[in-house]
Amino acid sequence: MSETAVPLSIRDLTVAWHRKPVIWDVEFDVSAGELVGIVGPNGAGKSTLLKSVMDLIPRVSGRIEIFGRPWKDQRQRVGYVPQRESVDWDFPVSVLDVVTMGLFGRIGWLRPVLKRHREAAQRALERVGMGEYADRQISQLSGGQQQRTFLARALVQEADLYLMDEPFAAVDAATEETIVEILREMRASGRTAIVIHHDLHTVPEYFDSVMMLNMRVVAQGKTEDVFTRENLERTYGGRLTLLEEATEAMRRQEKSL
Amino acid sequence: MSGHSVVQHFLTLRLLPALLVFSLAAERLAAEEVDVAGEQGASGLRVILLQDYNTRVVLFGATVLGLASGVTGSFTLLRKRALTGDALSHASLPGVGLAFLLAPAMGVSPKSLSVLLTGAAISGMIGAATILFIRRLPRLKEDAALGIVLSVFFGGGVAILTVVQRTAEGHAAGLDSFIYGQTAAMTSGDAFVIAVTGLLTIAVLLAARRPLTLLCFDEGFAACRGYSTFLLDLLLMACVVLITMIGLRAVGLILMIALLIIPAAAARFWTESLPRMIVIAALIGGCSGFTGALISALAPGYPSGPVIVLVCGLLFFLSFLGGTSRGVLIRSVRRRRLNDSIDREHLLRGIWELREGDACGVSEPPSPAAGAEELLKIRSWSVSLLSRQILRAAREGLVFQRSDGAVVLTDRGRIVAERLVQNHRLWELYLITHADVAAGRVDREADAIEHVLEPELIERLKKLLYSRSAAPGIPSSPHPLESATPVVSEKLDTAEGGA
Repeated sequence: MSETAVPLSIRDLTVAWHRKPVIWDVEFDVSAGELVGIVGPNGAGKSTLLKSVMDLIPRVSGRIEIFGRPWKDQRQRVGYVPQRESVDWDFPVSVLDVVTMGLFGRIGWLRPVLKRHREAAQRALERVGMGEYADRQISQLSGGQQQRTFLARALVQEADLYLMDEPFAAVDAATEETIVEILREMRASGRTAIVIHHDLHTVPEYFDSVMMLNMRVVAQGKTEDVFTRENLERTYGGRLTLLEEATEAMRRQEKSL
Repeated sequence: MSGHSVVQHFLTLRLLPALLVFSLAAERLAAEEVDVAGEQGASGLRVILLQDYNTRVVLFGATVLGLASGVTGSFTLLRKRALTGDALSHASLPGVGLAFLLAPAMGVSPKSLSVLLTGAAISGMIGAATILFIRRLPRLKEDAALGIVLSVFFGGGVAILTVVQRTAEGHAAGLDSFIYGQTAAMTSGDAFVIAVTGLLTIAVLLAARRPLTLLCFDEGFAACRGYSTFLLDLLLMACVVLITMIGLRAVGLILMIALLIIPAAAARFWTESLPRMIVIAALIGGCSGFTGALISALAPGYPSGPVIVLVCGLLFFLSFLGGTSRGVLIRSVRRRRLNDSIDREHLLRGIWELREGDACGVSEPPSPAAGAEELLKIRSWSVSLLSRQILRAAREGLVFQRSDGAVVLTDRGRIVAERLVQNHRLWELYLITHADVAAGRVDREADAIEHVLEPELIERLKKLLYSRSAAPGIPSSPHPLESATPVVSEKLDTAEGGA
């Protein structure tokens, strides 16, 4: 049964973009009720990893299971918080409309949005401290409020596993506090969250385990065990690694064909 | 916003040719005027009164076309794929010519509109597939794909039509009316095809409005919720092809794209809600279609496409000016209101700060009052601006003018003033302690920002700053007031220099 299966298990995952490998040989297991941080330099393949979990990009090899089953059977149990820069905030919808989008799967194509749907969206907004902003036009939101709106849209799904792409990027202190609080509530209720994170100072405070990624997994495990200066240097090391040089050579060759 | 560049593209590339074609047709018509003038008067009346069955169906067809274009255009504009429609409509021309040539061989009449439109749809789809293919090639971007498909297919279409025109029945078929549109050539059967296809497209888009909204707003999220973005894009593209196809007769392929973009872009000036935007875009499109077809029916010989597009352009211009959400007028009114309220806040704060020192040691301090000369000194205001602001503030019950001319804060005015002074000084303090701004400069910096501070932000400022200083309430000014403020000192400098 899915209760005994781990929330996310990745075996032998390799993803390539136009034949240029982006991540190699990722092996990864997440236990239930864990807050996992993914850190690594720009272009390390962090977003790619999340997207390949959701089958948004094709993979070269690898098997990914969510609670013991493939993605397409478990979609409803996964909530996704994309990077907020990925959308045009000048879109003609209100904050409540955006949060309601998290319920579209449940509402269906033709049935009207009912009062209980709107109430669920409103509750999610209140959880992230945005209750008063429900009717606000999304173009009027600050960066932190945009992020909280996205978080509310994922919360309203009541998923068991959350994937978040840089939720803490360029947000104000109040938003950061809110997100941390929500993450801890999730953990307390046995939910799991995998969060791409860029602020190394707060990693030990926020996350139970950490995955250090730079095209391949440099280290992973309990934060206190693996989040060491030595591993950080290996992850963010200034000089190009052999691996990167090899991929760069492949990319150049591909272009010259 | 990329929508703006798209709109610009139209105003230059589409509306101008529309005007040109329109004026050429007008000239041609003027030459024939002598023969038809008498006839025209009588038939014009019949058209306006909608007595002709044929006129009624044609108008109905053109209106439904406009409605459907507005709905489809709203989605493609928000998907930022507005120009794809242009390439698709140009790509349909070879299909029209080939369908005409091949129809007899397949045993159908080459003059039937459905046959020609099926040809148009097929070649439009091939065009769409070609765009998708070219975009996948490395180092070629979407704009290049659109340009290539648009020009090559249109070139091919013109070449085929030239061949068709040489044959006797080809010349009579009036295929060139597909380029600029000719509602006069529309039969009631044609109008029926247009209306049914248009209504069908509207129904499909409304049924798929939720996934499509998600696709346009956040593609990645749509995909992870299990919607196939490829199929949704294909659905949207298919609707564009259908609309373009039925638009060929009335608007013509060159100007069809205007009907797909202009109503949706114009609707954006009126609302911030997607359902309302779709309705408004449909209305603008429908109104343009109706008016264009009516004018074309009144004066046969005028190509209806340019008329429809010009009506569209006019409605766009009106929306641009008068749109209640983003129109130029409403925005300038809003800016004026904001400036007024900023000036009024400065007035209240000025009066309060002038009398701030006087209240010390008095158990029941009098209401703060200040003369006009004093107020003129602390701000670079003109006399007329100041008196206008005093009148406004008085009307709102924030101040009143004493018989000696001094401006006195009412109780309500005083509460507002105290809040403003507090916000201003909190922000000054923050700038000095947390942002390393020099004390002499903070007054100006705070001036610019204090009016937009939200209550939430003020609370956080209080939390941050009051933990350091003992006394809550209104902090004292971190810099000397009055003559030492930069504004005044500058003014004094220039005055001395002048003397």
